[in-house]
Amino acid sequence: MKASAAGACRPARVRQGRRPQPVSVVSYIIRRLIGAVLTLLVVSMITFGIFYLVPRWVGASAADLASRYVGRTANAEQVAAAVKALGLDKPFYVQFWTWLKAIFVGADFNTGTSIEHCPAPCLGYSFIGRNPVWPDLLDRLPVTGSLALGAAIIWLVSGVAIGVLSALRRGSFFDRTAMGVALAGVSLPIFWTGIVCLVIFSYGLGWTAPGGTYTPIEQNPALWAYHLILPWITLALLFSAAYARLTRAGMLETMGEDYIRTARAKGLEERTVVTRHGLRAALTPIVTIFGLDLGLLLGGAVLTESTFSLPGLGKYAIDGIIASDMPKVMGVTLLAAFFVVVANLIVDVLYAVIDPRVRLG
Amino acid sequence: MPGGHSFLDVRDLRIHFPTDDGLVKSVDGLSFALDRGRTLGIVGESGSGKSVTSLGVLGLHNRRNAEVSGEIWLDGSELVGAQPEAVRKMRGRKMAMIFQDPLSAMHPYYTVGVQIIEAYRVHNDVSKAVARKHAIDMLGRVGIPQPARRVDDYPHQFSGGMRQRAMIAMALSCDPELLIADEPTTALDVTVQAQILDLMRTLQQEFNSALIIITHDLGVVAELADDVLVMYAGKCVEYGTATTIFEHAEHPYTWGLLGSMPRLDRAVTSRLLPIAGAPPSLINVPSGCAFHPRCVYEPRTGGLGSTVVPELADAGGGHLVRCHLPTAERRRIWAQDIKPEMEGA
Amino acid sequence: MTEPGENTSKPAGKPGTSETLLEVRGLEKHFPITKGLLKRRIGAVRAVDGIDFHVSSGETLGLVGESGCGKSTAGRLVTRLLEPTSGSVVFEGRDITHLDQGPLRPLRRDMQMIFQDPYSSLNPRHTVGAIVGAPFRIQGVKTEHGTKRAVQDLLKLVGLNPEHYNRYPHEFSGGQRQRIGIARTLALRPKLIIADEPVSALDVSIQAQVVNLLEDLQEELGLTYVVIAHDLSVVRHISDRVAVMYLGKIMETADRDELYARPRHPYTVALMSAVPVPDPRRRSSAMRERVLLSGDVPSPIDPPSGCRFRTRCWKAQEVCATEEPPLIARVGDPAGHLTACHFPVTDDEQIAGRTRPAPAPIPQGG
Repeated sequence: MKASAAGACRPARVRQGRRPQPVSVVSYIIRRLIGAVLTLLVVSMITFGIFYLVPRWVGASAADLASRYVGRTANAEQVAAAVKALGLDKPFYVQFWTWLKAIFVGADFNTGTSIEHCPAPCLGYSFIGRNPVWPDLLDRLPVTGSLALGAAIIWLVSGVAIGVLSALRRGSFFDRTAMGVALAGVSLPIFWTGIVCLVIFSYGLGWTAPGGTYTPIEQNPALWAYHLILPWITLALLFSAAYARLTRAGMLETMGEDYIRTARAKGLEERTVVTRHGLRAALTPIVTIFGLDLGLLLGGAVLTESTFSLPGLGKYAIDGIIASDMPKVMGVTLLAAFFVVVANLIVDVLYAVIDPRVRLG
Repeated sequence: MPGGHSFLDVRDLRIHFPTDDGLVKSVDGLSFALDRGRTLGIVGESGSGKSVTSLGVLGLHNRRNAEVSGEIWLDGSELVGAQPEAVRKMRGRKMAMIFQDPLSAMHPYYTVGVQIIEAYRVHNDVSKAVARKHAIDMLGRVGIPQPARRVDDYPHQFSGGMRQRAMIAMALSCDPELLIADEPTTALDVTVQAQILDLMRTLQQEFNSALIIITHDLGVVAELADDVLVMYAGKCVEYGTATTIFEHAEHPYTWGLLGSMPRLDRAVTSRLLPIAGAPPSLINVPSGCAFHPRCVYEPRTGGLGSTVVPELADAGGGHLVRCHLPTAERRRIWAQDIKPEMEGA
Repeated sequence: MTEPGENTSKPAGKPGTSETLLEVRGLEKHFPITKGLLKRRIGAVRAVDGIDFHVSSGETLGLVGESGCGKSTAGRLVTRLLEPTSGSVVFEGRDITHLDQGPLRPLRRDMQMIFQDPYSSLNPRHTVGAIVGAPFRIQGVKTEHGTKRAVQDLLKLVGLNPEHYNRYPHEFSGGQRQRIGIARTLALRPKLIIADEPVSALDVSIQAQVVNLLEDLQEELGLTYVVIAHDLSVVRHISDRVAVMYLGKIMETADRDELYARPRHPYTVALMSAVPVPDPRRRSSAMRERVLLSGDVPSPIDPPSGCRFRTRCWKAQEVCATEEPPLIARVGDPAGHLTACHFPVTDDEQIAGRTRPAPAPIPQGG
């Protein structure tokens, strides 16, 4: 009970807790896993719907769709052949089943000139590029992955640290400045920040790489980091601002809880109180959001990759959109959705590990 | 005791909080003493300053938000002027606190065992295994069945009464000589409350600790306390032994508290005798006697009640009362008006 | 000095109008527990598991029990904030058990509820005037001099300053907010008021003010109350009849004086002996007489067979596990005193408290 001026009243009676039956963490995970698989199925249906059904509903014909596959330069004969080859004249559920089956067992595609085999997992065959989409995705995944993970570590550490310090020194100059900068960081669009940083640091001062190159980490770690340092910082700036604010809010709330007072009453050092008792509790929502942010980013940090011309999944998707190469776009969409669902699953499980109260559900 | 102090000696304690609306004088000149083996009950309503006092004794106020002055002597060491680090080392070891709501007062992410072990290892350099054994031992002493199994349970897996016992175990894990219990049973059912009060009484005898019990429930006070301190608007308005306060109360506020309660051991009266008005603002404390706006006897003080702050005076035998009315008149009012009305004659 | 148990002024059990305003029979509310993706029902929380009681016009029924006994749920069932799983609620001769919200709405003028927490039961965004005036608006009631005047009259009635019409709840103290809640309840002059822990969140001196106010209002406006509370002393002060609940069922019910003087059910005895008495001289004797119940309250999902209280009762025997005792009047008790127990506590019985030696006999009226 906090000290209060007149008018406060003592809290209402707390319900005596019954001893609940704890459900094991394993069964919790299994239920979430089943949920994730079902979600993926639904996501694939929606993806399929967006690309195959919705255009038909708004009046496009099978030929219009097929032309998206063969590009803008094809003639009517090629388009008709494509319609047959792609099975666009078949009923929707057959199309969906074919498409779904292809993901697991691969499929053959008739390009008009030859039969190309697209091995499992077949997320699509690009007629324009004349190759299956999946290997392209695999090529680009490390780029996006490096970008996302590197930035993630930077923003997590810096954001949380600043947030904690701001919360502990609430109202101070540090707090106000940090939150002000954070507000700016959250508001500035990344393509602006990225370009400005490129102008200043890469072209102006020559400290960092001008973008456009990616060196795999196994080839040359130093070079790998050199090419990514500016994209990392730019991307991290945006997120760390948000995480600083989030952490600050969470810490302020947690440090006002009764168990913090109890921890101090036990004679614990303030440092222990802040980290073991305060931060641990405040981090739970942060962890959740971190997982989701990372999941989303893995699907392609589109703006960052475009700004710095990095050959990642996001750039791949943009290229595909510009070229009207639908399989490419679909492939990226499905992969991105997969990452988000998996991230959600991991985050749910982590939550149960961190907060024992959640395991009852 | 060096310097003639009791085990706990609080002198002219003041705890003020500067806020945007003004200075909140939560505790405004409080003095009391307590020896080991004895129980002091601090009684008051919301805003009386009783909880702020207990936090002040433990040094739990943030010095950036609160102005603490006065002296708190615990076993010969002065706490208000001491280094915060020195006071921290005494927390949990020499003095411990039990809070009102055990569900929110214990960390939800750690098991009860971990939290007790933590409390023990702060002040005792022992291995985790030894500390765990001690934790199981403490849980058993507070009456939790199957302690070896329950030591690994989380707070939310306990029922309300068991949870409060666990918190008591945590507070007592280092054998503190002073135990402060802030409304320890308010959030509990009455049958559970009886068990917990019984437990506290037993443990106090076992540990020979000094116990301060803070509550608004006069029944709980009568059960446990040897001495009673009635607080109003940050000051002590009456102090005496439990028998004195319940049998010979001499402050109009105490009369009001006693009269407000319906009692199971007395006949049902047609009306309760509430105190008019509401507890005062601690920023704009009424002038003179803080209780005067609600006191029906204020006119008899000849204007003193609203202008002069009464001193805490000894009405005989260590019974302290802060009131302008003369002792003889107070006793008359009690014997002729208050007591009979309460007893429903 | 008068003997405890004898009252000096307010007669328990009002004579005169004995018209039954509210009748509850076999009322049950089970909250299902589901598991798994398909939400299979694997059990139920039997919050209220078959209770019968009635309230006569003009009287106050106290419903008392500890947390988890189902008294708050019972209150919500009676006012139809929840729909009963089974049983019947008859208000003024009309069965409202399964009425839809449409036909219920006009009935809500006659049956109102006061809530426990004065801090969360008032919308902080509405002025006091809007809060107290809402019932008029919702029910479409036009008053003689307009809603504002009616609201101000109500504020005066509950002891608040009518000029505070335009203030917000946060500008008031806890006790005043509870008064606002009471004013809102009274707006349409209901016949029956269910008060769910009306004073437990307030300071002691404010509690007394609000209790007095409720009693005055009852006399002035001819109200009927069902007061749900855990505080035995407050319930004793305000009630004409009392029912004691445990784990979803009524264990004992009687006229107020009768119950507190001669509790028959072991749970009632334990409950009353547990209340700390504000008299230091009686400390040691209170300890000796106190019945300390051991163990925890069982789960309402899986209540004990037969008598629910048997797992903590010092008098339990085999029959208590197999046969649930009916709520009936025991030999020698007045007709209104019903007890659900196979071995009720008799007048000359020595109470063997679980952990106390050499118990003293219960003094009459203690």
